[in-house]
Amino acid sequence: MNLTLHVWRQENATDSGEFVTYLAKDVSPDMSFLEMLDVVNEDLLEKGADPIAFDSDCREGICGTCSLVINGSAHGGQKATTACQLHMRSFSDGETITIEPWRARPFPVIRDLVVDRGSFDRIIQAGGYVSASTGGAPDANTIPVSKPNSDKAMDAAQCIGCGACVAACKNASAMLFVSAKVSHMSLLPQGQVEREQRVLDMVSQMDQEGFGACTVTGSCEAVCPKEISLDFIARMNREYGRALIKSCS
Amino acid sequence: MKLDAKIPSGPLDQKWEKHKFDLKLVNPANKRKYEVIVVGSGLAGASAAATLGELGYNVKCFCYQDSPRRAHSIAAQGGINSAKNYQNDGDSVHRLFYDTIKGGDFRAREANVHRLAEVSRNIIDQCVAQGVPFAREYSGMLANRSFGGAQVSRTFYARGQTGQQLLLGAYQALSRQIAAGKVTMFPRTELQDVVLVDGKAKGIVVRNLVTGEISSHAADAVVMATGGYGPVFYLSTNAVGCNVSATYRAYKRGAAFANPCYTQIHPTCIPVTGDHQSKLTLMSESLRNDGRVWVPKKKGDERRPQDIPEAERDYYLERKYPSFGNLAPRDIASRAAKEACDAGRGVGPTGLGVFLDFQDAIGRQGESTVRERYGNLFDMYQRITGENAYHQPMRIFPAVHYTMGGLWVDYNLMSSIPGLFVLGEANFSDHGANRLGASALMQGLADGYFVAPYTVGNYLSQESPADRPSTDSKPFKKVESEVNERIDQLFAIKGRRTPRSFHRELGKLVWEYCGMARDKAGLTKVLKLIPELRDEFWDNLNLSGGPNELNTSLEQASRVADFMEFAELLCTDALKRDESCGGHFRTEHQTPDGEAKRDDKNFAYVAAWEYKGQSRRPTLHKEPLAYQEVKMTQRSYK
Amino acid sequence: MNLFTAIFHSTLGKKYLMAITGLLLIFFVIGHMIGNLQIFLGPESINAYGAFLKSKPALLWGARLGLLATVAVHIWSAITLSAKNRAARPVTYKVNRSVAASYASRTMIWSGLIVLAFIIYHLLHFTVGAVNPELLALRDEAGRHDIYLMVIQGFSHPLVSGFYLLSMALLCSHLSHGTSSLFQSLGFRSGQQKIWANRLALLLAWGIFLGNSSIPLAILMGFGKEALK
Repeated sequence: MNLTLHVWRQENATDSGEFVTYLAKDVSPDMSFLEMLDVVNEDLLEKGADPIAFDSDCREGICGTCSLVINGSAHGGQKATTACQLHMRSFSDGETITIEPWRARPFPVIRDLVVDRGSFDRIIQAGGYVSASTGGAPDANTIPVSKPNSDKAMDAAQCIGCGACVAACKNASAMLFVSAKVSHMSLLPQGQVEREQRVLDMVSQMDQEGFGACTVTGSCEAVCPKEISLDFIARMNREYGRALIKSCS
Repeated sequence: MKLDAKIPSGPLDQKWEKHKFDLKLVNPANKRKYEVIVVGSGLAGASAAATLGELGYNVKCFCYQDSPRRAHSIAAQGGINSAKNYQNDGDSVHRLFYDTIKGGDFRAREANVHRLAEVSRNIIDQCVAQGVPFAREYSGMLANRSFGGAQVSRTFYARGQTGQQLLLGAYQALSRQIAAGKVTMFPRTELQDVVLVDGKAKGIVVRNLVTGEISSHAADAVVMATGGYGPVFYLSTNAVGCNVSATYRAYKRGAAFANPCYTQIHPTCIPVTGDHQSKLTLMSESLRNDGRVWVPKKKGDERRPQDIPEAERDYYLERKYPSFGNLAPRDIASRAAKEACDAGRGVGPTGLGVFLDFQDAIGRQGESTVRERYGNLFDMYQRITGENAYHQPMRIFPAVHYTMGGLWVDYNLMSSIPGLFVLGEANFSDHGANRLGASALMQGLADGYFVAPYTVGNYLSQESPADRPSTDSKPFKKVESEVNERIDQLFAIKGRRTPRSFHRELGKLVWEYCGMARDKAGLTKVLKLIPELRDEFWDNLNLSGGPNELNTSLEQASRVADFMEFAELLCTDALKRDESCGGHFRTEHQTPDGEAKRDDKNFAYVAAWEYKGQSRRPTLHKEPLAYQEVKMTQRSYK
Repeated sequence: MNLFTAIFHSTLGKKYLMAITGLLLIFFVIGHMIGNLQIFLGPESINAYGAFLKSKPALLWGARLGLLATVAVHIWSAITLSAKNRAARPVTYKVNRSVAASYASRTMIWSGLIVLAFIIYHLLHFTVGAVNPELLALRDEAGRHDIYLMVIQGFSHPLVSGFYLLSMALLCSHLSHGTSSLFQSLGFRSGQQKIWANRLALLLAWGIFLGNSSIPLAILMGFGKEALK
């Protein structure tokens, strides 16, 4: 099939950028979306033009590197699917596809469709860990964890840090990302010691980075490739309140 | 070059304890005077960087990804082995050690493997303490599952995302050290070369992938944890960015490369659909518990699978291996699929695929049971192929998955360049000629959390931080200019073919002649074809843009240039190893049943290759494998 | 971090303020509606209710000032958060596809601001008397302020009633999302709680819409016509 692509091109962080139209010819329905872009890039390169820069790595939906807004939805709108796992058979011949980078102040564009998500790393650095230095750990089974809690922690821990939640949120809020880590840790006994400080520090870092607030639209949950639930945001709000109350007493 | 594995003396199970005591320590107050570079942020790199930071060293950690959390360790599905014996089923350090040695077809170094089995227990403790959400029983205790190559249940897992959870654990530990100022992280930064001063690794030269800036970093020791070289085959289950460049550049600077021919093929991946394909996706091996593998008996049978009557199907695994059937080991199942396709009986549009059929399982247990067991895999299959595997058989084909070979290291994980340590998949040490399932994660974390921190300290205790060279010194400037020169060379070619097209062609050659099955004639042939392709590469490469910007075509070209050379080394090693063992299958050497036939008399050694210059053949050094504890036997799966 | 910063300078703290003030305002809206619905019981009931409120100036002004402060905090949080939200996305998308987000959820700041404009009009209309001063001068037989007549006169203008109805629709759109969200902001909207929070929000929004709209609608359809003569 043949497609028309409107792609955001931007030389570097300071360039103003613009949409450029490309034709993608003879696209096979078996291609993944990124493979379709690979083929377009091969053509561009052969013509002596700069290929479209976009991020990707594992191409099996787990590393969280790929980050495209396709026709207005983060990762292309297929349920529980990253852009690298989206296949061209979900598009039809002659279709026009608009491809944009994640848009958020804390995710500045580096080039074309590549953005800098260092803000997510800094949020984790602010407290998204258990301070357990290598060595002193007790035998693993001395820390029992109830299965429901462990399962719920895993539901949250599955986050791949792709940033689709931020990209889809009308407020560019990172609440789903932050709450997934806060919930993962607060649900486990290992996370209890630093529980209050963690949520205060992570939220403070999230605010400093310039992410917006949650207005509970549910877009983040809908586009999340790991289907991380909005419930975790409620949980983080509770954790934050709990931490405030504890800090008073 | 003289290879000294520095294996401690004494009984096998006391070597590591004794060695830890013999290792020299750095005074706690002095640790902050040392700089350590860690290249790579996967399980081995992140865990090493975090632990070295905790100990007090100043660490710089580099990765090509935009965040250390994205390293390809994240894609490991199955689990991590540990000799905890929580199931009380007779597991022990010794049993894990033995299974690993045997699984590696008796081509791994005994002392390293025993240490791996010992520290495997600490890994689970450490990861649980970090909050890794391993699967639990209702009792709240850790759950285990069994995995290929073992008769005990010793695999810890976190759904199908064990690698992800372990990596995030290490990433979080690393993040904590970054926040503490002990580790400085350099994401989107790719190693270009290693800098040696007086024969010791004293730093690296890197390229900032965003600005293109080339810069030098000096250190007292360099730790390389840059993964395997699977993408030399172009298509593999590795991430598209995975590359051999770091280890290959170290090789060119004097680090011996060991056993490059040991590569592992995974039998159940989704088949290739066309030249556009950029990677292969693995489907969990557990599918073979209920699926039946078959191809049509007739060549080129174009009928839909459901229209092919039972009598015209060849369930070749069940036919050839009646007792193991569809559960034959990875290498055997892979080769059998290749044989069927080579005979023209492959299925799917490309003819490179075999059926994995669940009709019997669905008929026997009902669709809902099958859905419960494999629902997520069937969904993934449908997402990629558009086919519903409940109604028609899946199509699968083997794909490159892991590489056991890597830079040669001694017992301290130090390469033949003093001060250059190599961890995880990047080294050769623990898996021999074949890796068992759920052992890659174990090795990465063992090296990073529990081995390198001691052995790097031992090395540093003999180095003086005062001797750390300045990055303005001659050796750094010289390597920097070589790096720049090489980039200029790539731009100067101004040919017509893209880096990807070269990579694809190279991959096809290596896969064809040095893939699942290898023979002398093919290897001899490919050793002529690879240099020809390489010459064309240096003559006809087309790049766009410039060096001082985010330039994906330059990144690719630079990696492909190394693959072009490395492929030759891989095939040279495969030709030299005139036996079959584990993942290295020479068709000349097989039992009448198609089993790999080892030649322990002539090949029970580690093949470590030394670089001798661009136009000269590498020199082979042999490290003999002497087994203290185990007796070499023939693997049998009949 | 001190408590003040954690509440007044963090997004989560401000969301708490929004939620708590929102909750107080919901209680007020419910109480106000119940009071007003007394109009259907005839002039005696509602005029007596008005006179009772006015006879306790301390209580009345206390409540009025409290409400004012609540509204002020609610609006201040809303505006500062909204500004932060806007700043978080300096470059917008060319193609916008709202995934999962309801219309009400996307327009909270607008429905809120229009409701604010309505409240100001409403106060000028029935409390201050700036729109129709004669309405406040109406007296019933007992010499009390004739609220019954004021409301019927006020709503007999179709334009005024129409504006009230529109405003109620917006208020209830605001409440339909706000009520459910306040549970989220306070951290009580997981699993089963979410279903109940959503049901409650819907019930409340419709209840208030129907209750409050019934007055202008009934008047437009002829309720209390005889009082105008």
